[in-house]
Amino acid sequence: MSASLPAAGRSPVRRLAGLLHRRPRLRLSLLLTAPLLWLGVLYLGSLGVLFVSAFWTTDTFTSQVVRVWSTDNFHELLTTPVFRQVILRSLGVALSVTLLCAVIAFPLAFFTARVARPRWRPLLVVAILTPLWASYLVKVYAWRLILSQGGLADWMLEPFGLSGPGFGLPAAIITLTYLWLPYMILPIHTALEQMPAGLLDASADLGARPGRTFRTVVLPMVLPSVAAGSVFTFSLSLGDYITVQIVGGKTQLIGNLVYSNIELNLPMAAALGTVPVVVIVLYLLAMRRTGALSSL
Amino acid sequence: MQLSRSARIALRIAAGLGFAVIYVPLALVLVNSFNPDRSASWPPPGWTVHWWSVAWENEGARNAVWVSVKAGLGATAVALVLGTLIAFAVARHRFFGRGTVSFVVVLPIALPGIVTGIALNSAFSTVLKPLGVGLGLFTVVVGHATFCIVVVFNNVVARLRRTSGSYEEAAMDLGAHTFRAFVDVTFPMVRSALFAGGLLAFALSFDEIVVTTFTAGAGVETLPIWIFNNMTRPQQAPVVNVVAAVLVLLSVIPIYLAQRLSSDTATESRI
Repeated sequence: MSASLPAAGRSPVRRLAGLLHRRPRLRLSLLLTAPLLWLGVLYLGSLGVLFVSAFWTTDTFTSQVVRVWSTDNFHELLTTPVFRQVILRSLGVALSVTLLCAVIAFPLAFFTARVARPRWRPLLVVAILTPLWASYLVKVYAWRLILSQGGLADWMLEPFGLSGPGFGLPAAIITLTYLWLPYMILPIHTALEQMPAGLLDASADLGARPGRTFRTVVLPMVLPSVAAGSVFTFSLSLGDYITVQIVGGKTQLIGNLVYSNIELNLPMAAALGTVPVVVIVLYLLAMRRTGALSSL
Repeated sequence: MQLSRSARIALRIAAGLGFAVIYVPLALVLVNSFNPDRSASWPPPGWTVHWWSVAWENEGARNAVWVSVKAGLGATAVALVLGTLIAFAVARHRFFGRGTVSFVVVLPIALPGIVTGIALNSAFSTVLKPLGVGLGLFTVVVGHATFCIVVVFNNVVARLRRTSGSYEEAAMDLGAHTFRAFVDVTFPMVRSALFAGGLLAFALSFDEIVVTTFTAGAGVETLPIWIFNNMTRPQQAPVVNVVAAVLVLLSVIPIYLAQRLSSDTATESRI
């Protein structure tokens, strides 16, 4: 081992290398210093200050932040009907988007992983990935075009005497589902693809019909991946406000409330911002217990 | 599982519908860029390439592309350095708080962009402004890098987990010192993971709008901000159509590159 050789008479680079090799702790701290300063001080520090400011208040005349500790903002948050409605609506939107994504993603992923010819499978995965790379705003814009008055949705539904949903809450849910769908398809596809075919055969040999095989073999093996995908579909929907602004009509979600409070009442915006953060951190912790996060 | 004939057909139809849902909106954006009319009503009354030349000459859109490229390159560079450092620490060392470190890396992308945005915004305006550094391209790069670290980290850490440290040990037994072993053995192993991570980081930064809104100064307009500001202006609609169509076409490039890299990086998740 080079470390055991006498250090004298060698180049500085070699000496430094030897020092790092003998002291793993030093090596580790050199690796971690810069990233921890960035994420720990800059990012977590900013977040920390933001959450502390949720306990400050705002002078109603000057819009200046008053740095006096109080829980008024949170009290207002929980007692004002409008806030409660918006929070519940946001949770409902995030859950419906997650559910819709799972329902649409499953047959697609089952097809690409199990039904399609093996030669076609990689190509089909690319076909799912490509829209993932298309710009967020362009995808929302596409739905704005579809749902606008006289747009594609209206044109398609016209022969049935119907019209498209226009801009509003359903439009926001549809668009968000479209945006985050690939995040749900990919993990499910991976799980289905990695499932050994022997398990399915064994289940059939033991007399299970396809429906029962699906319930007792396929579903339990795929659920952690659905959980992993749901982390994205849920948290991305919960925090979104741009899509809602573009296709949501007058719909308000938590993100919009935070956005509209930033200028006039930063402490209130901060308090509102803690709601999705708390929900998502709880969600992440719950998902970590299922082991879903390690498959991200 | 032996699927019945009808189940197969049903799955085929469902998958076909799913693919239609994925592609129709993107195709519509492409078709609409040739729409001579300013409204989005369907079907378009005719075809024209006029707006493509108008968009090409559009000063605002061109500047915005340039700002986005600069911000993306800056954020990618920072993310590559920091993400790789954490990946090596987490994959090659055992230490107290290792799980917490991986959790904190994911946090900036898991939390809503608006929360990250206002947190950074208030931090910048309370700490940097007194030092004479206003919001601008620099703060955009800092904001983007924060959530880009995770994609580099995930790609590199996945690669490192698959390759044990024994190659480095073998190199050292043969007399290579730590840096030599890194340059000759470790780096070639993680190179394609770094490239894939960098590509993802750039794409993520190029597409970001929320954090940008809160970290960009008044004069700094990235492409997503430009699109957002012009989307609802009827006068600008044709140019926005063309820019959106170009972005749909360009999105094929990174997927092609990612696919050309080793197979393991292509299907790895986006974060």
